[in-house]
Amino acid sequence: MGRYTFLEDVALADCAVEIEGRSLDDLFETAAAALARLMVDPATLAITVERRIELEAAERDLLLYDWLSEMIFLKDRDALVFPHAVVHVTGDGPYRLAADVQGGIIDPPRTALGADPKAVTFHQFALTPVEGGWRARVVIDI
Amino acid sequence: MKITESLRGAVQRVDDCIWEIPAQAKPGMLVPARLYASGPLLEQMDDGVFEQVTNVACLPGIVRASLCMPDGHWGYGFPIGGVAAFRADSGVISPGGIGFDINCGMRLVRTGLTEDEVRPRLRELIGALFEAVPSGVGAKGFVRLSGSEFKTVMVEGAGWCVTRGYGWPEDLAHIEGSGCLAGADPEQVSARALERGTQQLGTLGSGNHYLEIQVVRPGAIHDERAARVLGVEGPGQIFVMLHCGSRGFGHQVGTDYLKIFDRVMPQYGISVRDRELACAPFRSKEGQAYFGAMTAAANTAFANRQVITHRIREVFSKIFGRDARALGLSVVYDVCHNTAKIERHVVDGRELELIVHRKGATRAFGPGQPDVPADYREIGQPVIIGGSMETGSALLVGTARAMAETWGSTAHGAGRTMSRAQAKRRVWGETLLKEMEARGIIVRAASKSGVAEEAGFAYKDLAAVVDTLHRLDISRPVVSLTPIGNIKG
Repeated sequence: MGRYTFLEDVALADCAVEIEGRSLDDLFETAAAALARLMVDPATLAITVERRIELEAAERDLLLYDWLSEMIFLKDRDALVFPHAVVHVTGDGPYRLAADVQGGIIDPPRTALGADPKAVTFHQFALTPVEGGWRARVVIDI
Repeated sequence: MKITESLRGAVQRVDDCIWEIPAQAKPGMLVPARLYASGPLLEQMDDGVFEQVTNVACLPGIVRASLCMPDGHWGYGFPIGGVAAFRADSGVISPGGIGFDINCGMRLVRTGLTEDEVRPRLRELIGALFEAVPSGVGAKGFVRLSGSEFKTVMVEGAGWCVTRGYGWPEDLAHIEGSGCLAGADPEQVSARALERGTQQLGTLGSGNHYLEIQVVRPGAIHDERAARVLGVEGPGQIFVMLHCGSRGFGHQVGTDYLKIFDRVMPQYGISVRDRELACAPFRSKEGQAYFGAMTAAANTAFANRQVITHRIREVFSKIFGRDARALGLSVVYDVCHNTAKIERHVVDGRELELIVHRKGATRAFGPGQPDVPADYREIGQPVIIGGSMETGSALLVGTARAMAETWGSTAHGAGRTMSRAQAKRRVWGETLLKEMEARGIIVRAASKSGVAEEAGFAYKDLAAVVDTLHRLDISRPVVSLTPIGNIKG
């Protein structure tokens, strides 16, 4: 998996994260892990649920926006968090995502809760190719 | 020189607490930007405020000026504390001027109880409220709604709750817009928003959302007459304050329309300096659709605070063994923070229909305004300013000056000065909980790390914000409220 870093000085009241992946697939998988870490302590989440997620977007960065928005949606609708994902991004506009995700139901007090994300924002939103892979910056409204 | 440094350099003092960045300071500005702050509060404003308030000044149809209240800080698109009015006939509507948490707002409930009566049962009370009002990530409310019922909630707002027994008829008069804003259109709401929000009515959320037990300390009443009108009896009296919004439903409406506006802006020849300022003409198909969906979310937020009020009444009734009416648990007022509303204001001697965006800002209509409840009309609309869970909150009233100066708007809180990560580095959640308890404030929280993020030191001094509002005369302090118990998401 790639790596993610929560940035402190980008969003005063919210959460900015920089994500790096060796490939686009890796970046999307890492982004899911970062978002899950924001919401709960994954060590306290029983991994009991598997889902298949398929998305399509006109732009590559909008596919990342939709991917993370889907995770936030599932958190609210089904009380589910998915720290693990195997992602395949294909296409050249439109871009398609097929992902097998693994996670579990939020079950306090067993699950240590973190923040409750409201939305992915376009503030400083960027997905760019870099040497050796991809980098993204995402600010999450919490 | 960085752009922001030049913007700070362009700030001119207009009055004691009014500062202006002229329209020439940044290419594309159609009107000046006005910042309402004391000197020290202006200094505390982060660079994002100066960028964002001037970006907003570039949006089509903006009238008079782009405004920022004294609690302003960086937001998305608009700054938090941002207020802007656009001509309804030729201006835009922007989700970035409202925020994802549509109609996030405050409600204040009075009680006839005193601290002497509540203190011995406080831990039990906080525990029962924590159980009755679900909070934190993934929380579900107790109200079960079908899709069609949820659509009725979107249109009827808090009124739906009253007809289902989750409130008293007289509650409605003490809610901004009577808890039901006109123009809600459930057909403009996506299926995803519906799915996301159906189970969340009656939940608090997390972040800076809270439910707080507060007390009036000696010397805390600043306006005896207004206090009497608002049901403030004197020192020792207990109040309940609530801060939450439209939950996942409103967040999804914001997400949906941000993407739609981002896509359609070129069709209308609109370009913006920040993608989060995506907008569309108010009279366009997309603008009207968003207004219908956003208003539906706003009404749902009123319903959420109403359902939580019902739970608060149930809990108090159980703990203190008396009916909620006998305990005097009446709604003082309920105000929106994040909305765009159609209002009529006088511009250059003519009354105009405007779309007033308030993002992290509170409506503060003055005395005599027809939208102020009849029993408060003499003193002005109540304004509830939430501080931090450590330092307290304040109840104020709107003024005639606010009508003339800020489209009848004022601040909404203390405003953050420190990032969540910085706050967590400075104190452990568990440590803060113990420290607060030693000072007589009992806290129950869904997330311990979330407690540290909301520490008092992460916010501006509320007294300084309230003092500035008073000096500006855009709202008048009535009473300060001190926390003794807090439920945090």
